[in-house]
Amino acid sequence: MNFPILTYIISSTLLGAVLVLFVPKKNIFLIKTIATLATAIPLLLSVILLFRFNLSGADMQFQEKLAWIPQINVWYHLGADGISIGLIFLTALLGFLACIASYSINTREKEYFFFYLLLNVGMLGTFMALDLFLFYMFWEVVLVPMYFLIGIWGGPRKEYAAIKFFLYTLAGSLFMLLGILALYFTSTPHTFNMLELTQPAHALTLGLQILIFIALFLGFAIKVPIFPFHTWLPDAHVEAPTPVSVLLAGVLLKMGAYGFFRISFPILKEAAHYFVFPLAVLGVINIIYGAFVAMAQKDFKKMVAYSSVSHMGFVILGLASMTVIGFNGALLEMFNHGIITGGMFLLVGVLYERTHTRELDKFGGLGVKMPVYAGLLTVFSLASLGLPGLSGFVSEFLSLLGAYPVFKLITVISVLGMIITAAYFLYMLQRVLLGRLNEKWADIVDMNKLEIFIIVPLLLIMIVIGVYPLIALKYQASAINALMQKMGGMLF
Amino acid sequence: MSAAESIKYIYPELILLIFSVAILTLGLFSKKSGLYGILSLLGVTVSAFCLHNNFPAPAPIFSNLLLSDSFSRFFKELSLVVTFIVILISMGYRIIKEEDEPEYYFLLLVITCAMMLAVSSGNLVMIYVAMEAVSIISYILVGFRKHDALSNEAALKYFLFGTLATGIMLYGISFIYGLFGTTDLSVVHTALVSKGINNVTLSAALLLIFAGIAFKCALVPFHMWVPDAYQGAPTSITAFISVGPKIVGFVVLLRVFLKDFLPVFPAWSGFFTVICVATMTAGNIIAISQTNIKRMLAYSSIAQAGYILIGFITGTPLGIMAVLFYIFVYAIMNLGAFACVTLISDSIKSDSIKDYAGLSKRDPVSAFMLALFLLSLAGIPPLAGFMGKFLLFAAAIESKLVFLAIAAAINSVIAFYYYVYVIKCMYLDEPQILDVQPKSTALQTALIIAIAGILIIGIWPLPVLSLVNASISR
Repeated sequence: MNFPILTYIISSTLLGAVLVLFVPKKNIFLIKTIATLATAIPLLLSVILLFRFNLSGADMQFQEKLAWIPQINVWYHLGADGISIGLIFLTALLGFLACIASYSINTREKEYFFFYLLLNVGMLGTFMALDLFLFYMFWEVVLVPMYFLIGIWGGPRKEYAAIKFFLYTLAGSLFMLLGILALYFTSTPHTFNMLELTQPAHALTLGLQILIFIALFLGFAIKVPIFPFHTWLPDAHVEAPTPVSVLLAGVLLKMGAYGFFRISFPILKEAAHYFVFPLAVLGVINIIYGAFVAMAQKDFKKMVAYSSVSHMGFVILGLASMTVIGFNGALLEMFNHGIITGGMFLLVGVLYERTHTRELDKFGGLGVKMPVYAGLLTVFSLASLGLPGLSGFVSEFLSLLGAYPVFKLITVISVLGMIITAAYFLYMLQRVLLGRLNEKWADIVDMNKLEIFIIVPLLLIMIVIGVYPLIALKYQASAINALMQKMGGMLF
Repeated sequence: MSAAESIKYIYPELILLIFSVAILTLGLFSKKSGLYGILSLLGVTVSAFCLHNNFPAPAPIFSNLLLSDSFSRFFKELSLVVTFIVILISMGYRIIKEEDEPEYYFLLLVITCAMMLAVSSGNLVMIYVAMEAVSIISYILVGFRKHDALSNEAALKYFLFGTLATGIMLYGISFIYGLFGTTDLSVVHTALVSKGINNVTLSAALLLIFAGIAFKCALVPFHMWVPDAYQGAPTSITAFISVGPKIVGFVVLLRVFLKDFLPVFPAWSGFFTVICVATMTAGNIIAISQTNIKRMLAYSSIAQAGYILIGFITGTPLGIMAVLFYIFVYAIMNLGAFACVTLISDSIKSDSIKDYAGLSKRDPVSAFMLALFLLSLAGIPPLAGFMGKFLLFAAAIESKLVFLAIAAAINSVIAFYYYVYVIKCMYLDEPQILDVQPKSTALQTALIIAIAGILIIGIWPLPVLSLVNASISR
């Protein structure tokens, strides 16, 4: 059956965004209904996608290809394989849950949901595009709505955070664009097709590969973010409204790492091998530095933001290992981090909505007053610090396992990062949930049904993957084996 | 070809002239407001129709003074589109007094005619005459608000700079005549190819000619007049001079340097690279600190001219295609931005960016459209400006001009800051007043045309690219 399911996923969201524009701004109920449908349908379709996915196929599936700008050989080309399918599902899932979490937005709803849906279009498209031009277009479409979402509905320093986010990522992506153009002009015949560019026939000289790798690296590293390009992240996270933080941490950061998986590594193989050591070093800096800075934070949200920097370090480390296990760990860590940190940001939001503060020292003893909240926060924190049995452990363990044979010292240092992570998460739990109840919060109420409904799916996924990781790994196995064969890395 | 035979080639220009004279004559008898705008729209439409349907085989006409090829046809069509939109903007612009209307539209049609001649000239003297015609009418139009001090100052400044620049250009043309004994560009080209003159005099001559063209394109260091002229002119005219004379300038630049003086062009690429980077950087950096939106857009248009130069410097087919495409897109998005400014200043009575605060609440549609035009100027996909910039970057990378590409990339980031500053004011700040004036239909039509243009070209650039390709395949 030739059912263009990927196009339907994107276009249903886009249609929702356009429809929202034409609804009178007073009709908030209709706007929210449209937005919910426009995120629920993609979620439904992406679940169908998961079921119809051929697990043993290493090739691109669900491909759609239409000529777009023939003068420069640009195609509307979508597809999904084991590397992107998990991220597509993650985006659709978080897009839907964060949309429900957005019900609490109570100013300028029409604009909010328009930008929100547009953001979803860009994120979904980025993970599906197989044409570099199309990829860049979706990549950039993400920026504008994000600017508005932070700038209008954000916290006190929203304007600064929004413009900083935008200028940083724009600078990165323009260099990425130059890299993409260089790939185009060095291939014969000129092509933007990611799959064709990975063919050995398009192999470039090492010097050229290194140059292009650096250009692309700037774009991806800022998005991940890799130290020292991470400074936009805490600002953006702290100021963004909760649902936007969820998407920012859950999906946007993955776009950068996905770029390595999809473009930099398979197309620029020799350059990737050339840069593994610096990448591994940057990875361990992310892990350790992110963890230490997180420990020093007084602001709850900022702490979670820096924990993201730390966790993304495991993705980079896994990538740099050039082993099947490391790649599996990195890719799974991307998915797991989306689920866990997405949940963490939701929980931070729950607390912020009730207390209007995020200062860790101002809480205390909330465990008594909010038992459900306390339970959830504890589970998510434990997942984040890598407790066996929950999903975060599996992927971080795989990353380290893959990296160990290649970079022994670096891996050992990275393990220390997990200890620091445990320290600051437990310290946070202690400050928020335990100790003497701060009298100010004497009549705080526990989580309501809607909030619980949003977080439970994430909790379930976290536990299922933690107990039975194969359910996730089986999706990515054949694609990663194929990638590794192309890369010529270690096959164990 | 003799004059009598050549007449049929310039019917579109003649139609414009007939309409303009008719408007001026009618103006003596009737002062009916709105009539002249519609008449001139009609004139432009008929002229465009004639250009589209009656296009004899390409040929040099009027003894080689004018060329009738697909390249000039593309720019003639573009000139007509620009004037069409500018007339729509003018019809909704309340600053122009009723009794001045015939004169105003007369001048607009004549300047369009002059532009159409300028883009099709094949002789340096003809180029000079047509460009001078464009300039002189521009001076009058900039000073059209006779009792406004700013407008007068702008016109005077524009005039002084302009005459100096064209004088310098004429001086350069005299050198060419001295060297080759003719000002006919095709003869000059043949002589260059066969003999290969490349001496100091020729370089000096080209430099002097370049100065005149650079003034029209507003390239650094010939950009000083731009902000004052843009700010002082009636906004509809600002929209026009930010696009019209610039088109003429770039067409002449392409014709002279990339066609007829092509043999000496490689020696100039270093010089142009410096001009290009200086133009982009100066325009963008000064734009950041502007508080008046018209001045901000003035500096932004300087920077945009710098981007266009990138394609010119490469000199490759892709580069020229990118230049033509970008000029087309630039015309539409800049006109759109100025149309928004006209509409908004009509309602808030101010051109200060600070007064745009909270515009998204007062007038969401205008704010949204202005935001789209600014984002397109900034080159954010999927708007047309991105497609244009993409092609320019592509041309630079193809020719291995990595330095230029990186300079342009950094500049795009800087530019983004001031475009978004306006958007920030409109969307993030709180409004002071909430009333909205009724909007003019003509102006809204202009906006709809421009918005549809940048959205459609951005997502489906195929038709415009084909048009551009057809016009450069000689």
